[in-house]
Amino acid sequence: MNEFLGNLETPLLYIFAFCALVGSILVVALRQPMRVAMALISTMIFLGGVYGLLGVHFIAAFQVLIYVGAVMVFMVYVIMLLDPRDPALKGRFSPLVVPGIVGGVVLLLALVHAVNGLLGSGTSTPARFGLKEFSVSFLNEYWLHFELTSVLLLAAVVAALAVIKGATRRDRG
Amino acid sequence: MDKAQMLLSLAVAMFAIGMVGVIIRRNVLVMLMCMELMLNGVNLSLVTFAHQSGTTVGAVLVFLIFVVATAEIAIAIPIVLMLVRRKHTLDPDVYTDLKG
Repeated sequence: MNEFLGNLETPLLYIFAFCALVGSILVVALRQPMRVAMALISTMIFLGGVYGLLGVHFIAAFQVLIYVGAVMVFMVYVIMLLDPRDPALKGRFSPLVVPGIVGGVVLLLALVHAVNGLLGSGTSTPARFGLKEFSVSFLNEYWLHFELTSVLLLAAVVAALAVIKGATRRDRG
Repeated sequence: MDKAQMLLSLAVAMFAIGMVGVIIRRNVLVMLMCMELMLNGVNLSLVTFAHQSGTTVGAVLVFLIFVVATAEIAIAIPIVLMLVRRKHTLDPDVYTDLKG
């Protein structure tokens, strides 16, 4: 049974990766913002599956908890708050559609060219690391970044409050 | 194709698709979501590199990117809501106040 599950890992990885790619194409192609949000959520969940199959389970958990659970729920709330008769929802693409796609293809080719030789063939058995190694190195070597993150979050909260307060004051005055 | 190479190509493709979305869509919220897609592509490449090298530094960076993305959304959504309240549309072509 374990052998069967071990053999299943690689096909599942390819399936999840393919689904994530399809989801990200749908994000650009779909018209309604709610459907775009659903496509993005499915892309993120499939990416979480990829992370889980790679053995970094804590990142898979945080991907689902933070991205799907917090960021996208927030996004879906805002989509539901907005007016569905907005004219911006009628025209899907801006006039920059052709140069945008050409630029994207050029960027894709350049990135593929840059990334192509990056992973040599010598990467045979990638070492796995768990939550313990991650936590030890996170709180030993990167504690300053961790603390700075809390400052960033505080600044974000204060800035969000300032944006909302300034706008309501302007509305009253 | 190698597993890591496949994941890296997926990451690159997601980044490029996200950038195309930011350029060609005319809805601020969808543009924000395409930016999230770009961040996800970068995260995937970092996780792939961390997995290949067996070091934790990539995972730490992914963790910090999660927090930065959350902070970015926490700021961006109120700004979008305020813009919609003032202009009554999500079309970024209408937001021309800084043009002078």
